[in-house]
Amino acid sequence: MLDLLVSTLIQGLIYALVSFGVYITYSILDFPDLSVDGSFPLGAAVTAVLLTRGCNPYLTLLAAICVGALAGLCTGVIHVKLHVRNLLAGIITMTALFSINLQIAGSNLTVERSVDTIFTAGPTMALFGGLSLTNRKLVVTFLIAVAVKLLLDTFFATKAGLLLRAVGDNAFLVTSLAKDKGNVTLAGLVISNALVALGGALVCHETRSFSATMGTGQVVFGLATVIIGVALFRRLSFVKGTTAVIVGSILYKLCIAVALDLGLPPNMMKLITAVLFLLVLVASGRKGEEIIHA
Amino acid sequence: MLEVREVSKTYNPGTVTEQCLFDKFSLSVEDGQFVSIVGSNGSGKTSLLNIICGSIPVESGDVLVGGESISRKKDFQRYITMGRVYQNPAMGTCPHLTMLENLSLADNKGKAFGFTRGINKKRIDYYRRELEGLGLGLEDKLSVKMGSLSGGQRQAVALLMATMTPLNFLILDEHTAALDPKTAEVIMQLTDKVIREKRLTAMMVTHNLRYAVEYGDRLMMMDRGHVVLDRVGAEKQSTSMDDLLTLFNKISIECGN
Repeated sequence: MLDLLVSTLIQGLIYALVSFGVYITYSILDFPDLSVDGSFPLGAAVTAVLLTRGCNPYLTLLAAICVGALAGLCTGVIHVKLHVRNLLAGIITMTALFSINLQIAGSNLTVERSVDTIFTAGPTMALFGGLSLTNRKLVVTFLIAVAVKLLLDTFFATKAGLLLRAVGDNAFLVTSLAKDKGNVTLAGLVISNALVALGGALVCHETRSFSATMGTGQVVFGLATVIIGVALFRRLSFVKGTTAVIVGSILYKLCIAVALDLGLPPNMMKLITAVLFLLVLVASGRKGEEIIHA
Repeated sequence: MLEVREVSKTYNPGTVTEQCLFDKFSLSVEDGQFVSIVGSNGSGKTSLLNIICGSIPVESGDVLVGGESISRKKDFQRYITMGRVYQNPAMGTCPHLTMLENLSLADNKGKAFGFTRGINKKRIDYYRRELEGLGLGLEDKLSVKMGSLSGGQRQAVALLMATMTPLNFLILDEHTAALDPKTAEVIMQLTDKVIREKRLTAMMVTHNLRYAVEYGDRLMMMDRGHVVLDRVGAEKQSTSMDDLLTLFNKISIECGN
């Protein structure tokens, strides 16, 4: 039971990075970005290849962030510079990335046990070597999720962050402030997809694998966690949106874990995901129409 | 000085609904002038503002500010020295940001939006004083989200935000049209006060003939892309509501309205 809880927590904390990404696009930019389904496995693919080639495990995270940012840049350029509708821009990137991911990884990849990940590499062992592997994963993922959360909170309070929040809220105002709203949106997409790819990289470190289909449904997951989190803390305005989505992510993974534990076959996962998402939407009373800045 | 030089604008060119609005339209506005523009729907008032702001493209002609062409500048680049208040009070502010955040954004217009703190605490007293000047009791609501304020309050803040940094031009696009008569009056008085105090050059489009007569030092009436009445200074001051209404009715009858 405790094992299940810990592994669910780890899952929730890792996938919180996807939630952060979706929070930025959906909730702050009001941009339904489907490229997430492609940039998530992109992060994993790059990480898997780099790990197998003997790259420093910590550097793979940086590499994932960079390629994710590039994916976001693609969606941004397609939307902002080529004037393709936001939904379609995301679909185009997502579709292209499916092939690109396979090109990068060659096929589904498994990282050998002998290869060190961020959970087993020297510096991590020096700090948390006394803990079991599971507990070490919990500590490391917790630290990463909280660090990213704090970084985002700090960013949202800066002038650049304020402008990013303004562009999704009222793009006219950004134009009135003599700023190019397209570039602000672009920056948001870059940050979002960088975080999503980092999430993919962490999943790869945790499961030691990359599969071409691991991205399917990540957007839905992200949206569900954002909506759960924000709906849960709607009345508590002092809870930051970033905190809310971490909680949303953990709760969501908990629901899935419980469903599987009750004997639902894994093939039904996506169906459960869809039903859970629908339940959350209806229960939160928002139906996803309204943007949900927090 | 703002100059619109021989601007031509055709809507839906090359289709059956093609409609030429401006054919070599010219206009100049002196620095410090407060121009009120009236005219029926489709007379080209808002199109004129949109052309000046770069919101819509034109076929030919030039827009100059202080003798310098701004035609090649994109809309957001023109706003560096221009402010605009829209008809819809929701357009001038961010509803999900607090008033303090909104004011901080406006305060930083023309500067870089980098990684320094978004809210400058040293400026809060200044914002309070400015809000006090509006006389709407908004000075205690800095931490309130803009979306929870009334249309009139939002429009007042939008006006404050649009005029916070030094401007060449203030554009008022039927900015009282969506408000109830009493609030509209308050906003109109505030507008006049801000324009006088900051010595702004302003262009105001309005459907309220009384505002056009009472406020501003130049009055223009537009009809189908032409200026049919243009009175400045003493001549404008002697123009009465009745004069304006007579001309307005005459135009409307010609249009078949």
